[in-house]
Amino acid sequence: MWRGDSLFLLENLVLRDFRIRYRNMSLGVLWSLLNPLVMMGVLTFVFTKLFPNPNRQFPVFILCGLVPLNFFTIAWVTGTSSIVDSAGLVKRVPLPREIVPIAAVLSNCLHLLIQVFLLLSVNLIFGNRINVQWLWLPVIWGLEICFTCGLALITSTLNVYIRDTRYVVESINTILFWLVPVFYDFKQVPQRFSAVYQINPVAAMVLCLRDILMKAESPHIVTLSLLAAVSVGTLIAGLLFFHRGKRTFYEYI
Amino acid sequence: MLLRERLLNLLQPAPRERFYALRDVSFSVGQGESLGIIGHNGAGKSTLLNIATGLCPPNEGVVSIKGRVAALLELGSGFHPDLTGAENVRINAAMLGLTRRQTHERFDAIVEFSGVEEFINAPLRTYSTGMMMRLAFSVAVNVDPDVLIVDEVLGVGDQEFSAKCLERILRLRHAGKTMICVSHSLQTLSELCDSGLWLDHGRIMKTGPIRQVIDAYSHSVATQGIGVQ
Repeated sequence: MWRGDSLFLLENLVLRDFRIRYRNMSLGVLWSLLNPLVMMGVLTFVFTKLFPNPNRQFPVFILCGLVPLNFFTIAWVTGTSSIVDSAGLVKRVPLPREIVPIAAVLSNCLHLLIQVFLLLSVNLIFGNRINVQWLWLPVIWGLEICFTCGLALITSTLNVYIRDTRYVVESINTILFWLVPVFYDFKQVPQRFSAVYQINPVAAMVLCLRDILMKAESPHIVTLSLLAAVSVGTLIAGLLFFHRGKRTFYEYI
Repeated sequence: MLLRERLLNLLQPAPRERFYALRDVSFSVGQGESLGIIGHNGAGKSTLLNIATGLCPPNEGVVSIKGRVAALLELGSGFHPDLTGAENVRINAAMLGLTRRQTHERFDAIVEFSGVEEFINAPLRTYSTGMMMRLAFSVAVNVDPDVLIVDEVLGVGDQEFSAKCLERILRLRHAGKTMICVSHSLQTLSELCDSGLWLDHGRIMKTGPIRQVIDAYSHSVATQGIGVQ
């Protein structure tokens, strides 16, 4: 029944989150860079100096894993608790409620853009050139965002009825650091697990990034198609699930 | 409900009485009419409005509204203290259903109506409560809906501002807009509305011309008072 400009509202909500987050910080946006830089530094130290590692470009290698994982974990958690956190809004303003988790995920995209910029810069510093495969980058990031939105739609609905969902999500995120090939190569994964690994869009994302940036190859067709299928599928599933679930939100928040 | 409550309910299947916030409520409001809803606290007035605006689907029954709806159930939805007045106005306008262009066109008028032009670029947390309410109300009255649904937010700000708001709402009425409003201020309702609806414990006690409904309600409040003593 709400008639208005959904895109305008989405834009406003996303900008609002972004402004609130950074307005009161003196270094502001630079804090987005600090976390990946520190992680990159520490992990490089551990996995090149403490463990032997032939990889000459380990910092790029690691950032290809850290940047998508960072985005995914933060966006997923923010998205999960978005409906419950905006309870006042959801109960009083008859807006299309899908906008709430989607705005929560998208507001992390501005944060993501800064980290992608860092990734590309470090990549260039280590001698990898800009190549035509970089055109794939917006495609795979777009798919990652679709996947995260889809998941957020599902878990935000669940979180309204079962408040523990948020903590389950946080636990899964902790495990993901180990299950996504952030600090190890996909080649080290035994054959029998490799199929399962590729179904995880975050892992697929990391592999595609390494192919594009470090090897100047286009992403492996199997990985890319799996990424696309799972991401779009999750988004559609998320929208349907949310549509069913949102009917009784009012009584539970 | 938490998972554990559901599990506990399974273990102790005591039959629970259902609570109905509203029962057998049926009414219609024609184009250009204005309905005032009155009743005690807990009568179901806000629930009724929530159902009318689509926030909460009814268990039984159907709601049908023709035209664009603006719901003013709360002032300053989406307001955040760290953002400036101007930024908050834009968010609120987007939430109330204004398009990008409309917000841009009406922005100056909104700021001027609220009377906080001087502070419009200062963070909202520096505003007094009155200023915040005035800003919120100013956005609300500048939305141009076909149907306006208002829940107890009339009567905000000082007398001068209150008078401005009333005047603006009356202007909307004269332009043929439909309105449903809930208020405890019977005075305001008698000025703004043609017809009234009195709700008590979820049921309609009386409908009809506003004056009659108000009189019936006031009468019952007065006699109840005597009964208690």
